[in-house]
Amino acid sequence: MGGVDHAPSPPVARSLHRFANPGRFLRISGRVLPFVAIPALLLTLGGLAWGLFVAPADYQQGDAVRIIYIHVPAAWLAGGGYLALAVCSLLSLVWRHPLADLAAVEIGPVGAAFTALCLATGSLWGKPMWGAWWVWDARLTSVLVLFFLYLGHIALVRAFDDPVRGYRAGAILALVGVVNLPVIKFSVDWWNTLHQPSTLTVTGAPSMHVDMLWPLLVCILGFSLGFAAIVTARLRAAVMERRIRGLLLAGVQAA
Amino acid sequence: MTHLPYIAAAYGLALVVGAGFAVDAWLRVERARRRLEAIDPRRQRERDAT
Repeated sequence: MGGVDHAPSPPVARSLHRFANPGRFLRISGRVLPFVAIPALLLTLGGLAWGLFVAPADYQQGDAVRIIYIHVPAAWLAGGGYLALAVCSLLSLVWRHPLADLAAVEIGPVGAAFTALCLATGSLWGKPMWGAWWVWDARLTSVLVLFFLYLGHIALVRAFDDPVRGYRAGAILALVGVVNLPVIKFSVDWWNTLHQPSTLTVTGAPSMHVDMLWPLLVCILGFSLGFAAIVTARLRAAVMERRIRGLLLAGVQAA
Repeated sequence: MTHLPYIAAAYGLALVVGAGFAVDAWLRVERARRRLEAIDPRRQRERDAT
């Protein structure tokens, strides 16, 4: 049969689309979810209890240092969640991955909530330490901008009658907003900020005692797994809700 | 413990955010699963086959 020759899909696109089938996604995610959610719960509760009751108080900050066991994981997820949102947006715009749009929609509110938690716990630490709930410091301001980017994405994807147009507009906003991530990361190096420099770096030794570092790392891991579990569960619900809408629409058209 | 109200507020907020999203996600999944069980012909066929 003389048809148009289609160029084979690039290997990346092929491997990505293998997991794009909603039925396959529901099957695989249903099996994986308990193995993510249960360790997330145990690590988060264990890490927070460790930080709250076992880890030592700071010689300058006193017990207020215990707020970092929430603030730092929330900050990590605020940035990490936005990066995940941007990756999903890229997958959606470039490869039209069918689950990427839904994933971006489901990541948005969770990422926004963790960014708000980061800002709120920062304020709760700042009041007793700095004497102010808020200062227009480069780190704080850039994280506030991140929070508004999340809110903008949430609003934009819901602003169109045609959901696909909303997904495209949201994806473009998410990709443009990625420029804010290095600004957040390096704000404490580029400008004189009241916010302290990074405690944990990839190249250097951590600038905190090991008795505080371990519970912090456990909390970061627990929060990250919890974020992944929540987003996966929300995505499972979104896939099923899309199937329900499709079935109801087909029923109406057939009637 | 020093600064107790600030610490309690921070941990309380974390609990509300984490538990709130977890419970909401679980309820959404269960609601969608029940709805799909009721109207999806593929699932009805699977049920009939078993």
